[in-house]
Amino acid sequence: MFTLARHELYRLFLSPLAWLTLALSQLILAYLFLTHIDYFMQIQGKISALPGAPGVTELVALPLFNNAATILLLLTPLLTMRLIAEERRNDSFPLLLSAPLSATQIVLGKYFGTLGFFLILVGLIACMPLSLSTGTTLDLTAIASGVFGLTLLVASFTAIGLFLSSLTKQPTIAAISTFSALFFLWIIDWAGNTGESTLLGWLSLLSHFQPILHGDIHSKDIAYYGIVILFFLTLTIHRINAQRLS
Amino acid sequence: MTSPLLSAKSLSRFYGPQRAVNQLDFEIYKGEVLGFLGPNGAGKSTSMKMLSGNLAPNEGEITINGYDLLSQPKQAKAHIGYLPEQPPLYKELSVIEFLSFCARINQIPSTKRKQAVEMTIERCGLGNVRKRLISHLSKGYQQRVGIAQAIVHTPAVIILDEPTSGLDPIQIREIRQLIKDIAQEHSVILSTHILPEVQMLCDRVKIINQGTLVFNDTTQALQQQMQSSSLLVTFQSPPTLTTLEQINGVMLVTALSNTRFKIHYQPEQNPTQMILEAAIAQQWQLTSLSPEQHSLEDVFMNIIQQETEQQGEQA
Repeated sequence: MFTLARHELYRLFLSPLAWLTLALSQLILAYLFLTHIDYFMQIQGKISALPGAPGVTELVALPLFNNAATILLLLTPLLTMRLIAEERRNDSFPLLLSAPLSATQIVLGKYFGTLGFFLILVGLIACMPLSLSTGTTLDLTAIASGVFGLTLLVASFTAIGLFLSSLTKQPTIAAISTFSALFFLWIIDWAGNTGESTLLGWLSLLSHFQPILHGDIHSKDIAYYGIVILFFLTLTIHRINAQRLS
Repeated sequence: MTSPLLSAKSLSRFYGPQRAVNQLDFEIYKGEVLGFLGPNGAGKSTSMKMLSGNLAPNEGEITINGYDLLSQPKQAKAHIGYLPEQPPLYKELSVIEFLSFCARINQIPSTKRKQAVEMTIERCGLGNVRKRLISHLSKGYQQRVGIAQAIVHTPAVIILDEPTSGLDPIQIREIRQLIKDIAQEHSVILSTHILPEVQMLCDRVKIINQGTLVFNDTTQALQQQMQSSSLLVTFQSPPTLTTLEQINGVMLVTALSNTRFKIHYQPEQNPTQMILEAAIAQQWQLTSLSPEQHSLEDVFMNIIQQETEQQGEQA
């Protein structure tokens, strides 16, 4: 399983895709990071007198993580689409199927390999606000909870993407359906935002992400992401097993 | 007789209502090369996929080295190497990287891995290209990498699905030689629709048509089927047809040209010696005499036709 995960990650970095993704997302986020800092510098004088005013972490790091979540929403489909769909199209899937590996091992290997890449990305994003610690004191727990939230978010994105990639032979179809699914889960609570705890609100990826980002780590939110990840990974395993029968 | 390394009993596979493979029995013993022949669409690839665990059969069971492929897939799969019609390659990797990955997923312990990969590279003649990317290799070399992938974990049975299709004649010869070498240490199941390939490489032949097994015997038996009961002769000053027909054992003579004749005879009475003696005695000036050989293609068609006729009679 870890062989597969390592292999997946290694293959990712052999293609320009991974490097380009890392470079461009860093570029965009760095620009946003700078605008946030700029904004903070402007209002710093005004708010410094207020008691209990938001600090640099809340005004710079949190919006940055919010932006990063949106960018990850756009990036995940592009990286997960190739996982199984492309193997099928290149006829390389039989290699894994005829090796002494169970479907669970194949799926988890692919999942953790891709997740590894996203963890690198999240790590690089976290470096940005951390770089401010040279000039000021940061609320490290707030940053840690932001990184934690982002990790959970991207882990569930990847699970959904992996499943949709296992349904088709065309990577593009996988990408489009993953993007739609993720975006739909992102905005699904817009319809149900009248009530406090509606079903639609519970389904939304975003509504579970915001509290964590603000340092409000509830077990129900962690459980939500855990359920999403397990659910889609199980579906993928079943899908691969069922394929032998179909 | 020892028990077979791989045995399959009454395999059936449906695609929707269509029956792709019907009640197929399969067994391969140690050190044997089994040819699996059939026209396109006969169910060869489907059978190969089932034997390699890529596709589950609707009916029947497969045992590999004592492990049931359906209930103990991991142990069973460790004993097979499979090369599908399209070699499964990660083209962005170099040959050596790819093979070490294959060694890893086939659970070769890390201490033996390097040695296993080096040995495979040597056996498949990939030494010169070991650091090249697979996507930059020619089709023949890619096929070799595909074979290397199937033998890296030294499985008991190797399943090759049309390994020579789409290659040029020189590459075909090289791949055949490679298969011959491999066959010295492993049992091989070779699926193909090229008959001479079977003649060259295989000990035993199975012929499948429309999902059903129609022939199952040694290659020699197949070749005996090929021997026909006719001679091709050329005389510079030929006798009349009736003179030839009067020779003992000759059933029928047909003239192919002024000097060439086809002589049919009863299988138990080969008249070759008599014709030779007559030709010398009567100065027919014999210039060539050869037993006519049916091509394997003919035999193949015959077998399939016989089978269809028999089914017609039964129905």
